[in-house]
Amino acid sequence: MANTTGVAVKMVNITKSFGSVLADDQVNFELLHGEIHGLLGENGAGKTTLMNILYGLHQPDSGEIIIQGEKKEISSPHKAVEEGIGMVHQHFMQIPTLTVIDNVILGLESLNSFKLNRARARERLVQISKIYGLQVDPDACIWQLSIGDRQRVEILKALYREVKILILDEPTSVLTPQETTELFHTIRKLVDAGLSVVFITHKLEEAMSITDRVTVLRDGKVVATRKTQDTNKAELACFMVGREVLFRLKREPYEDKQKYEVLRVENLTVKSDRGSLAVRDVTFNVQSGEIVGIAGVDGNGQTELVQALTGLRHVQGGSFWVDGVNLTNASPREILEHKVGHIPEEQNDALVANFTLIENLMLNRHYTDEFSKCGILDQGKMESRSRELIRQYDVKASSEKAIARTLSGGNKQKLIVAREIARDPRLLVAAHPTRGVDIGAEESIRNLLLEKRRQGGAILLVSTKLDEVLSLSDRILVMEKGRIVGEVTREEADIEKIGLLMAGTRTTT
Amino acid sequence: MIEQFTSVVFLTGFLASMIRMATPIVIVALGEMVTERSGIMNLGIEGIVWIGAFAGFATTILTGSYIWGFLVGGIVGILFGLIMSVVAVEFHGHQIVAGLGIWILCNGLSGLLNRSIFGISTERPTIVATLPTIPIPGLSNIPIIGETLFNQNIIVYLTILAVPLINFFFKEISWGLNIDAVGEQPRAADAAGLRVGVIRTLSACFGGFLAGIGGAYLPLALYSIYTNDISTGLGWMAIVVLVFGKWRPWGILGGALIFGAANALKWRLQNTDLPLPYQITLMLPYLVTLVMVIFFVRGGSGPSALAKPFVRSEN
Amino acid sequence: MIERIQNLLHSDQMGKWVRPFFTQVLIVLLAFVLGGFVILGIGADPIAAYAALIKSAFGNVNSIAETLVKACPLLLAGLAITLAFRAEFWNIGAEGQLYMGGVLAAVVGIYFTGLPPAVHIPLALIAGVLGGAIAGFIPVILKAKLRVNEVITTLMLNYIIILFTSYLDQGPMSDPIIKAGISRRLLETSWIPIMIKGTRFHWGIPLALLITILIAFLLSKTMLGFQIRAVGENARAARVAGVSINKTIIWTMILSGALAGLAGGIEISGVQHRLIERFSPGYGFLAIAVALVGRLSPIGVIFSSVLFAALIAGADTMQRVAGVPIPVVYLIEGLVIIFASIRSIRIRSPFRRKVTA
Repeated sequence: MANTTGVAVKMVNITKSFGSVLADDQVNFELLHGEIHGLLGENGAGKTTLMNILYGLHQPDSGEIIIQGEKKEISSPHKAVEEGIGMVHQHFMQIPTLTVIDNVILGLESLNSFKLNRARARERLVQISKIYGLQVDPDACIWQLSIGDRQRVEILKALYREVKILILDEPTSVLTPQETTELFHTIRKLVDAGLSVVFITHKLEEAMSITDRVTVLRDGKVVATRKTQDTNKAELACFMVGREVLFRLKREPYEDKQKYEVLRVENLTVKSDRGSLAVRDVTFNVQSGEIVGIAGVDGNGQTELVQALTGLRHVQGGSFWVDGVNLTNASPREILEHKVGHIPEEQNDALVANFTLIENLMLNRHYTDEFSKCGILDQGKMESRSRELIRQYDVKASSEKAIARTLSGGNKQKLIVAREIARDPRLLVAAHPTRGVDIGAEESIRNLLLEKRRQGGAILLVSTKLDEVLSLSDRILVMEKGRIVGEVTREEADIEKIGLLMAGTRTTT
Repeated sequence: MIEQFTSVVFLTGFLASMIRMATPIVIVALGEMVTERSGIMNLGIEGIVWIGAFAGFATTILTGSYIWGFLVGGIVGILFGLIMSVVAVEFHGHQIVAGLGIWILCNGLSGLLNRSIFGISTERPTIVATLPTIPIPGLSNIPIIGETLFNQNIIVYLTILAVPLINFFFKEISWGLNIDAVGEQPRAADAAGLRVGVIRTLSACFGGFLAGIGGAYLPLALYSIYTNDISTGLGWMAIVVLVFGKWRPWGILGGALIFGAANALKWRLQNTDLPLPYQITLMLPYLVTLVMVIFFVRGGSGPSALAKPFVRSEN
Repeated sequence: MIERIQNLLHSDQMGKWVRPFFTQVLIVLLAFVLGGFVILGIGADPIAAYAALIKSAFGNVNSIAETLVKACPLLLAGLAITLAFRAEFWNIGAEGQLYMGGVLAAVVGIYFTGLPPAVHIPLALIAGVLGGAIAGFIPVILKAKLRVNEVITTLMLNYIIILFTSYLDQGPMSDPIIKAGISRRLLETSWIPIMIKGTRFHWGIPLALLITILIAFLLSKTMLGFQIRAVGENARAARVAGVSINKTIIWTMILSGALAGLAGGIEISGVQHRLIERFSPGYGFLAIAVALVGRLSPIGVIFSSVLFAALIAGADTMQRVAGVPIPVVYLIEGLVIIFASIRSIRIRSPFRRKVTA
């Protein structure tokens, strides 16, 4: 790497807490000129918070930031840009209804001139995209672009502001393996042009392959900073988790050899919110004692497929059956009563934050004869059943009367899984069941799914985490632009192959 | 009886009156459009129209000046726009509830001030004449159109001008872009260095200003008196028109003309010898509103962040 | 002893009831103080005004009875708003629903002849309930089937129903002798009997209290109440869990309209005994403040309805004795609602936690 002398940014003893949660605790971080510095850690380790502080979105409780040897107060993103710092967030900071140009010049133009000068902006943008090989249509609206394109817009935004330091927050989490390789090329080009890059990730392979140095955070504290060439995956994993990371998954075979079809989907077609076809003519099935994984980059129709199968979205064409019953366009409750469980992709769509754990656990069964008579709820039974579930599924809460929002992310997710699995569904539709949870909860949720499979349940697993799909599924379907573009069995699956399928036609052009 | 409705005189009068009646709806709806495109929903504009009407009326009575009347009406409107934005921006309050509160508060305040300034005597003060019309030389002589479009008061002309101007503002001016950004994705706007709270506050104040002006228009340009039921739902109609017009200035103009027509017809019908009870004619604008929401305004998609408070989140 | 008080202060009950209670008291006091400054501004004496208010609302048995007579429609309409707002259905139409209830109760009271009171009174009240329920059903079916915004429809229906009442009072139902926007007198067999002689305190008031307890039970202990709360707190999660949002809001609004309609029916057959143009001094609008000050809890609404009833009951005296015009009631109401928007409504947003902390 070109010139690794001199410190670009130094963050000293940074501490930041939100309420009672300590996000960063006395963190020291140093970024050298022209390096790619990996910031590695689990969900909630404090990586993003630390970089949000550098980008001026948060103010530290204590500690200081030194840029080019000078102490600086970064009170806003605007200040950060003035200091030459740019950031590409995991959730892109873009206005979907505006064009690429408008997004790029947002917040800049008002300082220079009153009337927007889009012509000049376009010229400069095209020039920058040429230099770094970041092709994007400047007049397209953001919502029309693919995720990869949107990421390029974010990088262009930073380059347009002539930043010297670029922070990338989990940039690969939304990309196909091939797009990831492309992104890595871009990052190297940026460094060659004199930028310094902070690369936030929780993936060890990426940290090893792209970075020059790595700083590992755990529970808001720096565990170690290493030159990448002087360390290895095992060591980094140890730093990151504090114990061995290998999942202890109990993948036992389904005991009853008699398999039959639980879910059958034929030529299913579903529209997105915008009215375009999100799911196109999809056909597949799921058998008892089987986990079928749906892999794919986010936004290729998985969300709409799950919503259609759970009655939350209108089916335009085709049908699906559960245990032979046609449930196409049935209401969510009818589908639920045919023993279909649903773990929705957004926690917010599953839990009522201001309800107690009891109320949340009873949300999908309070009306059954077990818990209500003539429309009047049996509070005692609801309470005792909830207490049982909370114990059985090891949800950590002060009591069953606690308010759901006081739980940690992992425990909330366990509560949802408990609610859905305890109803003993024939089919469980699990959308991103481990998104945003800590490793402990991730492991126990995956084991719960496997246990369900062992007992003969059929599970449709939708996940963007390839390792999750690979480790749990018996068969893997790959979705791209609303179609199922490939099917691989567990035995023949490997990351490269699935990655190519996920990227679809884009790799062949 | 039919000839009453088909004569050129009736038609001209009706069209001119439609434009005059549509004008305050356009003004108020444009203001609310700016407010809502920044992400604040101010349901209190009906009240602001009310208090703006009173303030404008009282000021013009006291000073004899229309300009002061409109100005004070607008300034009072800013004050209540500011209250709305403080609730929304500083306290992250519930905007629907706060808007209703402002509506009822203004209602009480204008009634209270009316009683205590002008007393309860039946001899209500009136403005000697409503805002004079300014015929545009040449154009105002064209039959029907001339009387309708080119023989109006200054506020009507300014309002017709304001539609393309505000359209231009949102399309080509950086501040317009900033308002849209803040109303669509405040988090992204914040990361781009925009001050979300300040932009929303200013937008809500501008919305209040126009609602106040729209209110002042009622006594100054239309009725020449102030009564405690002067507004008859102007603010609510403006909200319907805003959604009908899909948060775009030209759409608002179109929707407002429909209401202008309903209002104009309401007055015309009362002056004919049709055997309709007056309550039925008074209902007309409300029935039109209902029909419009039922057929044209369903689940309209406004700015994404409308009525949602913005707080920099924890991660 | 001190320890026991401390325990009490930190108990669940404390967090659930006592603290919110004081918050609401504070909101109301603040509104009255600000209102006081406005009264000062128009050159009147706020202390004298409020003293007159309290005296005329609670001064003797008769004035207390009068206050409670006015609290009765506020309580029922407040419950109507409470139910609707708990389901996040913005019913601003309680006023229209109340008028509709009054109209149908009057029709039964005037034109159904030859019935004994034991039949006639319940029939009039049921007619009131029906009228309100129909008026509540229109906006909710439009919302459920066509996604039409309910704030606008309920409001427009207010205007339309009030004009319709006025039409009836001046046309088909008008009293042939008086003719001034007033209907004929209801038959005495449809009058709700007086409970305390020499006052207007009628049996409708204990009935309203009984209904309050039923609504409290409905919200906390029944299936429908659970679904109302779930839909209001997080409609998407409720839907994912198989709760039908449309069915829930439709039942909510039928009940909500019915409560407001009953308020109108009781007002006509228990107090006015005629259908009068503008017979409600804005009970349906005041009910919004009543519900919010009661923190959308039926028991809380009991207290806040008495508070606002006192405000209306005393407003006349306040105007006569202290020279403070009646609209001051709306001023204070508006302030209360604005304050309540900040504190007492829980919104779904996850940001909320940080704000209230």
